[in-house]
Order: sequence, then structure tokens, then C-alpha cells
Amino acid sequence: MTSASTQCYAPTANVPGELKIVQDATCTFCGCVCDDIDLTVKDNHIIEAKRACVLGKAWFLNHHTDDRPSCLIDGKPATLEAGYDRAAQILTTGKYPIIYGLSDSPCEAQRVAVSIADWIKGTIDTTTSVCHGPSGMAFQGVGEVTCSLGEVANRGDMIIFWGSNPAESHPRHFTKYSLMPKGMFLPNGRKDRTCVIVDVRRTKSAKAADIFIQIKPRKDFEALWTLRALAKGIELDPELVERETGVALSVFQDLMAKMKACKFGVIFFGMGLTMTRGKHCNSEALLALTRDMNAFTRFTAKPNRGHGNVTGADNVVAWRTGYPFGVNHSRGYARFNPGEYTTSDTLANGEADSGMTIACDPMANFSQPAREHLASIPYIALDTKETPTTRAAAVAFTVATYGINTGGTVYRMDDVPIPLRPAFESPHPSDFDVLTNIEERVKKILGIT
Amino acid sequence: MPILHNKKANMPETFILIPGRTSDQGCGISEGKYLEKYQREINTLQVPPGDMARLGLVDGDRVRLTGEEGQVVEVNITPARKEELPEGMLFIAYGDISSRLMGGDTHGSGMPTSKGMDVVLEKITA
Repeated sequence: MTSASTQCYAPTANVPGELKIVQDATCTFCGCVCDDIDLTVKDNHIIEAKRACVLGKAWFLNHHTDDRPSCLIDGKPATLEAGYDRAAQILTTGKYPIIYGLSDSPCEAQRVAVSIADWIKGTIDTTTSVCHGPSGMAFQGVGEVTCSLGEVANRGDMIIFWGSNPAESHPRHFTKYSLMPKGMFLPNGRKDRTCVIVDVRRTKSAKAADIFIQIKPRKDFEALWTLRALAKGIELDPELVERETGVALSVFQDLMAKMKACKFGVIFFGMGLTMTRGKHCNSEALLALTRDMNAFTRFTAKPNRGHGNVTGADNVVAWRTGYPFGVNHSRGYARFNPGEYTTSDTLANGEADSGMTIACDPMANFSQPAREHLASIPYIALDTKETPTTRAAAVAFTVATYGINTGGTVYRMDDVPIPLRPAFESPHPSDFDVLTNIEERVKKILGIT
Repeated sequence: MPILHNKKANMPETFILIPGRTSDQGCGISEGKYLEKYQREINTLQVPPGDMARLGLVDGDRVRLTGEEGQVVEVNITPARKEELPEGMLFIAYGDISSRLMGGDTHGSGMPTSKGMDVVLEKITA
């Protein structure tokens, strides 16, 4: 079920009973967006996903076309047309409508969602606000010294993971991008690289490290500023440093010496920084340290992003509104204010009075006050599967899965756009189709031609 | 929140809770959030073996966690893998339990404090 505007992304036809191979398919489970997966498809089932990691295999091999209706209104099966009408009515009658999610949708659908938010003078926010939103704030304050994952693979001889556990969250990160590849300037691969892992717990990733530094919980900011001071040659009190961070000053001194001596350093940082007290201040400290290190050598920083197209959501919302997430249009122009226009806040503070969630599950992932308020307002939910969020929605659309059933564009965690190569068609509409139809009706209700 | 040093398992004691991604939790998202694998993973609290021994807790015990804003959840425990958690720290996979322990306030950031939260642990006695 594909509209004219997305037909170019449709999968090639399957012949019943025959095997079909989709080469270089793109896995959209995590931000690595590995685009070298060979899928074997038979009768609308993926039976093999060559080169996929454990998370990618679970993503591809468990994909079954959901036999739920494509549209439910108040929990009862309804036609898509009725669903579009009801959705548009909900979005245009609220005084504080919110649109949230988008990190598991292609850029083409994200773009339509931003348009709807603009038409209805609503607030649009993405799941970035509850993952690397604080880093998005820090980028604006400090800037970002960045690089592509290809540069990491070819040049990165000092790889630091801070508050991130890629062994479980991005299983191919080490082998495809950051540690194992034999690169243009690293002919011996892993042997040419130094890996440092900084975390509050000894995660599964720690096994991959040459140096593992276990800091006290909630002391990332202090540890990062210790390194900033050492980079500047400032003398520090060893007793104070160890008491605050749980790590001996000599360990930080040794790390700083290695950081200054490397040719191309990279710090991948995770939600160990952004979800902990300090949040954007922690990310700012890390980005400032990265900037400082460029006085001595080339150093870059990249957030390890979770969802397949959360980076695309940042890009699309930014190029449409000027801001990456938490954007309010109530005055007819875009305003950005994390803590006010971010969805955790608009829900927990009881401000939103209607909404639309796209490819996300706030009824499972948000705080209890936010969940309770969401349950009390009319909202539309788009998801590929039944979730706590779709169960409580006034209108629930079952949509095709991006990357498996539909094509489009996603952004890898290093802001590189990657095309999707779908495997087979779904009986359900794409989120692009659903959003486009809702947008048409919203414009009609608002008298926009 | 002061740390209470208690020898008895059913007396409350403050820990730092770190929710996070695990392989089983990540796979469970794709396999089905209502299936047993995902539900088991997000509803099992990992406790350092040293703390379990000190508090007289055993694998499968049920404990009550109270969050910084008074949120209360109940959860089964299992020992953390050797050396993965320092004593005084708990781990649970992202999911319903960890979300219930988050507060509604984001401190002007959009992000509720979701890691490094103080929780009070007490054993549920029959």
C-alpha cells in the first residue's frame, strides 16, 4: 500500500515460494545503521540476515507482518479514511497539541510530521530529548568537533568510550567502525589503536578496553574537568581528585599523556553522561575537553546514538525549524526551549491537551506523571507493533516497518545519510502515507490551500 | 538521602540505581514487548553479590524500591555478574520499572534523571 510519492522506495516483487536476496540492506535498529546486510527472503519472511549483529538479527528475523487492523479508533477496527479524519480532528481542536517520536521513521515521514506541527501551531519533539537532548544543548554552547565513522575506521588510533556500552547497545561498533578495522593509516587494525573505556560500572564493553577507568557514579563532570585541567597543565590536589572521582590522579595523568600523544583521538559518549545529574553540563564538559585537545592533536567527539534514525530526526527538525528538538510553533514561528517544549515536560506538567506519537512508546518509557497525563488526553499513535502507547491511543495506526517494508533515507549516527533497501511489502500503510493523509485533512480543516 | 547501614535484609538501605541497555532487552524490543524474554529482563534487578550476602538476599528474592520522589515498585533480584557492579550500585534494564522510578521534573533539560538515581531497597517479607 504505497502512495505515488513513495513508490520509488517500494521493495521489488516477491515470487511465492522462491528465495529472494536483498543485498546491502540497511539495518535500522540502532544508530550504526549498518548498510551491508544481505537478507534472504521467502514468502514475506526474512529467514537470514547475513552480517547482522544480535540486535540486527532480532530486528530482521522477528519481523512478522502484524495481522492487526491498519487502523483502530477507540480500540475498534476502522477504515483508514475514518482514522485520518479523526486524527485531523484531534490535532486541530486541541489548544496545546504535541507531536512526538520520529526516531524510527525515515526522513521523508519526519518532514511531513514537522509540517503538521507547523500547520496546527503545535509542539514537535523527538526521542532525542530523552537520549542525547542534553548533548544537543551542549553542541549549541560549545560546538562539536566531529568526524565520520569512516574517518574513525581509517584514522582513529585513540578510541575512548565514555558512559557508553556498545558491546550491548551497538554490537558492530567495534568491528565495523571503531576498533577492529584495518584502516588507511592503521594497517594493523586493533593493534594500532588504544581503547579506553570510562564508566561507573564494569560493562561487557570493558573487556575490549586496553584501559578501563571506573569512576564514581555522578562524577563524570568532575572527571572530565580533571582532564581539562591536566590538558592545560594545571596542578591538581591528588587527594581531592581521588576523593571526588574515585580515580587516582596518576591514572588521569597517564590518560592525558596518551591523549596528547595520539594522532587522531575520538571520544564516543553515551547516555551515561546525558541521563545522569549534570546532563548537558556533562556533555559540555566532554565537548570542551575535545575542543581543548585540538591544541595538541586531532581530537573529535561523537554521541553514540540509539535509534535507527534519531540522527535524521535531529537533522530534519533542525533544517525545517532551525532547532533540533523541543520546538513550539504556538506563536506562528519556531521557538526552542528544552525543559518547556520537550515532551517529558509538556506531559508531566499537564500542558499538552492532544497529541500524536510516531514510532515511539512513551507509555512504557516515560515517567509516571507523564504517562498518566498522556492517558488522559486524546492522541494518535503510529507504530509497527502493538505497544502500551498504541493500546491507550484514541486512533492507532499499524504502519509498515521502515527499512524492511518501506524505503527512504535515514541518517547514521555520524550524520551520514543512508538509503533503505526494503525486503517485501506490507499490507499496512507507511508512516509517510499516514502522515501525508492526515496533513491533507488538517490543511482542509484549517482552510489552507 | 543518607545511607542507612543495616545488617538485616528487611531494613531499608539506599543504593544508586543505573538503568541501561542489555542485549536481551534490545532483542526483546523486536521479538515482542509482551513476551517473556523482554518482560523477564526489564523486571529483574541486578544486585552486587557482596551486597546480597551482606543483606542476606538470595537470587529470586523480591524487593521494594522507593524512588527519590516516593515512587514505589516491586521487583525480583538476581546477582550481578562478578565485578560488573561496585557495592552500593544496582542495575536494571530499561523498561517499565526503571521508568516508574524516574521523576517528572527534567530540571530544564527535557531529560528526567534516568541514571544514577537514589533508591531505597528493602526486602519484601512474606
